[in-house]
Amino acid sequence: MQTALSIAMDAFAYGMALFIICIGLSLTMGLMRVVNLAHGAFAMIGGYIASWAGRDLGLGYGFGIALAVIGTVLIAIPLERLLYRRIYDRSELSQVLMTIGITFCIIGITNYIFGPTLKTIPLPAELAQPVDLGFRSIAGHRLFVIASGLVVAGGLWFLIERTGFGIHLRAAVENAGMARTLGIRTEIIYALSFALAIALSAFGGVVGAEFLPIEPYYALRYMVTFLVVVSVGGAGSIPGALAACLLLGAIDVTGRYLVPDFGNFFFYLAVILVVCAFPRGLMGRAH
Amino acid sequence: MTTLFEVSRLSKEFGGLKVSRDISLSMAEGERLALIGPNGAGKTTFVNLVTGRLRPDAGQVRLAGEDVTALGAVQRVRRGLVRTFQVTRLFPDMTPEEHVIMTVLQRHGKATRILARFHGDSAASDEAAEILATLGLTEVARRKVATIAYGQQRLLEIAIALAQRPKVLLLDEPAAGVPSADTPRIEEALARLPASLAVLMIEHDMDLVFRFAKRVVVLAAGELIFEGPPADVARDPLVREAYLGSYAHAGSQA
Amino acid sequence: MANATLQSAAAPRLRPLGRDLIGLALIALAGLSGYWLFPDNLAFLTRVISVALLVLSLDLVVGYCGIASLGQAALYGAGAYAAGIACINGITDPILLILIGAVAGAVTGLFTGAVMLRAHGLPQLVLSIALVQLLHEAANKASWLTGGSDGLSGMAPAPLFGVFEFDLWGRSAYLFGLCLLLVVFAVLSLIVRSPFGMVCRGLKEDPLRISALGIYAFPVLLKMFVISGAVAGTGGALAAIATQVVGLDSVSFELSANALVMLVLGGIGHLYGALIGTVIFMALEHTVAAINPFHWMTLVGAVLIAIVLFAPRGLSGTLDQIAALLTRRGGRAGR
Repeated sequence: MQTALSIAMDAFAYGMALFIICIGLSLTMGLMRVVNLAHGAFAMIGGYIASWAGRDLGLGYGFGIALAVIGTVLIAIPLERLLYRRIYDRSELSQVLMTIGITFCIIGITNYIFGPTLKTIPLPAELAQPVDLGFRSIAGHRLFVIASGLVVAGGLWFLIERTGFGIHLRAAVENAGMARTLGIRTEIIYALSFALAIALSAFGGVVGAEFLPIEPYYALRYMVTFLVVVSVGGAGSIPGALAACLLLGAIDVTGRYLVPDFGNFFFYLAVILVVCAFPRGLMGRAH
Repeated sequence: MTTLFEVSRLSKEFGGLKVSRDISLSMAEGERLALIGPNGAGKTTFVNLVTGRLRPDAGQVRLAGEDVTALGAVQRVRRGLVRTFQVTRLFPDMTPEEHVIMTVLQRHGKATRILARFHGDSAASDEAAEILATLGLTEVARRKVATIAYGQQRLLEIAIALAQRPKVLLLDEPAAGVPSADTPRIEEALARLPASLAVLMIEHDMDLVFRFAKRVVVLAAGELIFEGPPADVARDPLVREAYLGSYAHAGSQA
Repeated sequence: MANATLQSAAAPRLRPLGRDLIGLALIALAGLSGYWLFPDNLAFLTRVISVALLVLSLDLVVGYCGIASLGQAALYGAGAYAAGIACINGITDPILLILIGAVAGAVTGLFTGAVMLRAHGLPQLVLSIALVQLLHEAANKASWLTGGSDGLSGMAPAPLFGVFEFDLWGRSAYLFGLCLLLVVFAVLSLIVRSPFGMVCRGLKEDPLRISALGIYAFPVLLKMFVISGAVAGTGGALAAIATQVVGLDSVSFELSANALVMLVLGGIGHLYGALIGTVIFMALEHTVAAINPFHWMTLVGAVLIAIVLFAPRGLSGTLDQIAALLTRRGGRAGR
């Protein structure tokens, strides 16, 4: 029972960490129709910045997160203007190739600058301690990740469904030409959504570092995981991404606990079964 | 005259919108029928229902006496129900000859052979050359489709359909997008279609309909509202309302 | 008149065959000059040939059928492991081992194809990745059979035709590989110009048109997956025989992604493009990656970006055409 509970808590926290990173990718893919395989690379950049801020500059965790998010977005903006903008209307294969290329470049350059070692992000004392929930205790950091995930999910839902920006975004996605005629500046909408996706990715990279450690091949190692999660959930759907993250997170964590030497076997088996059963994702948008 | 093709009480709904209601029509061997209707009348849905790309909610499609409603699109083609496309769907990098050879090979059951040369089947090549010649496409038979005129591409659509030796042929706006100077060639090709073939032409151009069809049906708001000789179409009050008035509009709100 | 056109047609029809022969001669020439010029690097050159077979097999699926795959190494690895395991268990004839590899690849291709053809577009791509990862984990777990993460070793293939030994210098292995490549290339040149090959090209452009001709897409594509699997499996078996080691990297996402990069580099939808891409990529990797693996990644990344931006049709030929159809297909499935 104790084991089951701790597996469940771990799986929940891991799923939420995945969610924070992946939801940005789901939005770029579902709403902007860009297969951004470099999404994980931005999470990695966020992790590197936070690690550098925490260990070399001695800044606090909160500052580290802020710096990581801002820094990553600042790096991403020129990339959006120079590279991504050229592939918005291109084929999926072009997008895949271009963003794999960007990933390779980011890995190469990051490692040239920071060296090929594992980077840790120091946790503040409050998050490093276990928190007593009454019936059992849980690592404070896990609780923080879960809370962050819930806030991100709620905030995004509100932003997209309830604000003017969300309306403009959905209009630009449904019919870019019509939206432009109505005076919506689609390129600004796209740039803002892209920045938001990158910011979430960097945030997820930092808070999820306990589960997905920041290391040289991070962007490549988890590229597949992120892509799989988004595809299983159905690109562009917040509840779909949440469901996919929790489901696949649970399968992954449980598998690692119970049959550790099978590695990711059950994870990928589940992916194949889910995609075959729901070729458009758990909650894919029928366009 | 035997009934070759029959549609009875065909219905289809998309989220409460009835795009096809109780459509019934039949065609005899050798018949030339035209289906017309204003934009949004449900012509495309009708074609998709008949060809098997869409499943009807109710109703039947019969081909040469056989109920094909449950069969998929490929099976219907194999039984002789062939269509052309309103916007040409051709392979830009292949030649007209290759299109027709592929079609003939398929009819012979050899289209997916691996241990054969595509151009090595002389029976298929000869038949393809003959079909292309009857449509006046011999000159361009060896050029990539992307480089030939649109009118010639439309003729190639017809050539492909002929190579399939259909029993029933659905022509989806065969002259759409063709410059008017080239339409006589299309019409000529249509006039020379095999006599026994039942042809259903979906068309906007009334001149073409008048010259081609002996019988016309009019579709509006998913319903057949007229059936009769072309000469009577313009006089029919329901048709006038469908084209000029608000019938289609009112229908879609129902 | 019809007769006259048929006559004039006969001449151009001979051309592809002649071109094939010249192409084969060029490959043989390039291969032999590699043999004379780099006698100390024959092991590496043999690996190039085996990867070239993998890239060729990927071209069949991506370039000729328009199905994007990031999991092609599943077929290659299946061939490598099958040949390796057979060799350890006493089947040592190299030709037989190649056949075993080809059959294993074909069977894996059948399975992979049956799964991948259930989806379109992005989910299809994800399925291809999931399949190769699944096989990777399975090979890792079944260490009693595959050697797990240590790899499978201890193979001792018998001399080719009982005469040519697979020695330390790898001369026999290289020449054997070159012959295999020539045979496979010749066979594939015929296949892509068979009626079947033309239907595949048609399916890549417009599946709806093909079905309107009365042709089912699924069995055709599945057949291509089987052929592709046989080719990839041949490559894998060649690697197993030549290096006498089979590692987990032979059935990995990384190898699959690299194969796609090589194919794109050389040109999708042309058999010779697959060969050119493999040679250029692996030669560069051999030199640059030896200096600094991260510089190598940066270089590959930059090349990929440059291809997409500046040479979508030039270097890689029909890159966007393929994928235009991928998106079109995805869109249609969703409609």
